[in-house]
Amino acid sequence: MHIIAFLLRRSVQAALVMLVISIIGFSIQDNLGDPLRELVGQSVSEAERDQLREKLGLNDPFWVQYGRFLSNAIEGDLGTSYFFKRPALDVIFDKFPATFELVLVSALIIVVLSVPAGIYCAVHPGSFFSRVIMSGSIIGISVPVFLTAIFLIWIFAVELGVMPAYGRGEVVDLGWWDTGLLTVDGVLHIILPAISLASIMLPLFIRLIRAEMMEQLGQDYVRFARAKGLSEKRVRNHAFRNTLLPVVTVGGLQIGTLIAYTILTETVFQWPGMGFLFLEAVNRVDTPLIIAYIIVVGGIFVLVNTAVDLIYTMINPMVKLPGESA
Amino acid sequence: MSALLEVRDLRVAFPRGRSDEVFALRGVDLSLKRGERLGVVGESGAGKSMLAFAILDLIQSPGRIAGGSIRFDGQNLLAMSEREIRRVRGKRIAMIFQDPMATLNPVLTIGRQMAEALEAHGRISEREARRRSVEMLKAVQVPQAEARYDAYPHELSGGLRQRVVIAIALLAEPEIIIADEPTTALDVTIQAEIMALLLRLCREREVGLILITHDLAVVAEVTERLMIMYAGRCVEEGPTSEVIARPRHPYAAGLLASLPGHTEPGARLTQIPGSMPPLGALPEGCAFRPRCEHAYARCHLERPELEPDLPGRRVACYLPLGGRT
Repeated sequence: MHIIAFLLRRSVQAALVMLVISIIGFSIQDNLGDPLRELVGQSVSEAERDQLREKLGLNDPFWVQYGRFLSNAIEGDLGTSYFFKRPALDVIFDKFPATFELVLVSALIIVVLSVPAGIYCAVHPGSFFSRVIMSGSIIGISVPVFLTAIFLIWIFAVELGVMPAYGRGEVVDLGWWDTGLLTVDGVLHIILPAISLASIMLPLFIRLIRAEMMEQLGQDYVRFARAKGLSEKRVRNHAFRNTLLPVVTVGGLQIGTLIAYTILTETVFQWPGMGFLFLEAVNRVDTPLIIAYIIVVGGIFVLVNTAVDLIYTMINPMVKLPGESA
Repeated sequence: MSALLEVRDLRVAFPRGRSDEVFALRGVDLSLKRGERLGVVGESGAGKSMLAFAILDLIQSPGRIAGGSIRFDGQNLLAMSEREIRRVRGKRIAMIFQDPMATLNPVLTIGRQMAEALEAHGRISEREARRRSVEMLKAVQVPQAEARYDAYPHELSGGLRQRVVIAIALLAEPEIIIADEPTTALDVTIQAEIMALLLRLCREREVGLILITHDLAVVAEVTERLMIMYAGRCVEEGPTSEVIARPRHPYAAGLLASLPGHTEPGARLTQIPGSMPPLGALPEGCAFRPRCEHAYARCHLERPELEPDLPGRRVACYLPLGGRT
């Protein structure tokens, strides 16, 4: 019951957030350059251009244009891409699986590596291996994603020649979804981009888990768990349950940042996803596509944050959904 | 009857700088007979809690046990493997901590934390664990024990939480409970209740108790024997009533004189001059010497050992109050 009430309230908030995002997104369209230049060739006369502008509604006042956009948006139409001559939303969703799989594999790499590494560094703070991890994490945080990506391509694709340098490889079309994770070639292609995308967040997570875990291991309840005669594995489990709380909060916010970084990663690796599409759209002054991208990504942020809040209430018994009695 | 727990010359060290060490315990002896209740008293930093944790080998890194022996029921706990000592922890020697707010894991239910204490010491079904835990919650007078079993710690008051902690300590039917200031963090009104409960349960179940506190009034009520600690050592030891009635060590006398009950109403409370020296900068000879009005040349040179004194008593002082025996 409370979950439904919570989701309802969240939906209203989300709608407001989306409205604000759409206004901001829409208002930048006049500052991106002249779409007509990209839309038509140089041979088209000024009179014809004006005619086209009028036809596209580009001469109307901002609020008229925005109102038209909004009423269409409510019906699920975020405009038509100038370049692809197709609905912008369709173009974006065609590219969505590629980006989603990239973020998924990156997140998987982050979780699978940061949890054991963070716990290890917390449990053996002085050991040689922990020091290596901690120093490495500083480097990882400091090097920008596009540099990591270029380095990886140089080493593994150019010098060693064991990894493909760009693209998504062989893709299987499932009808509603095209996946690169079902073919060896596709998996090979996703490894380097996923590692580059993970390279910024992974050290951050290792450090976060380590710091939080160390603090929890010093707590009285950990000592009490030991005094009960629990095995060290069980004792660590006690501490880890409490470590998860802040990690989930920060982690949820970072998923959003991960999506932002896909623009860089996808561009370096020519990864046919939303981020690469966005950059191309900017180059082509494909305004409807740019606005649609901003709104879709904004929507993903809102969804992820809501999911994180829900997960948080599930793992932290001290937090209740608003309206839920203790 | 020989002692159930026999601690000899126990030392705990913490590193200071790269090569130096500071001793938090500097050779402590302790013995406890089956079912006996011993009070350990001393001011903050005297090493009381350190002693409690050291007995179960729970000193946290970088601290370490630097010497001595702990014999429990004929076995040396310090020679045991991690696996072996885990079978002693909770099962045979249990602990109660100071702050019940911090002792229970906030994200696990009371029931889970009780059940795992049983599961750690042998196979037990979930139903059986629940039955025994609820029974124990009733024994420590937790109202609505069935419902509390599924509650989270934050849903309980401080007093109730400490009852739960006591219940967890008693679950595996230990032979000794080490209680480290079990009532310090509680409301004054609840302190007496919890103490009375702990005393009654220890008596009924013939569980030995090592009660660590700085409250001499509580010690007088609950314990049979008393040990007074100063700067990582035991300075006086004997039957509680005798030590309180006739302290031999000047420090013990000073502690007792500072209690409100021992002076005329309206009169100023006496206090021991000075403060305990930091463990890293103890004076030569007797550690209490700088604060002692009776100190003489020998106290500067040699450290007095804990020696037999009056019958059943031991004191570490060259000039015990009331003259030497």
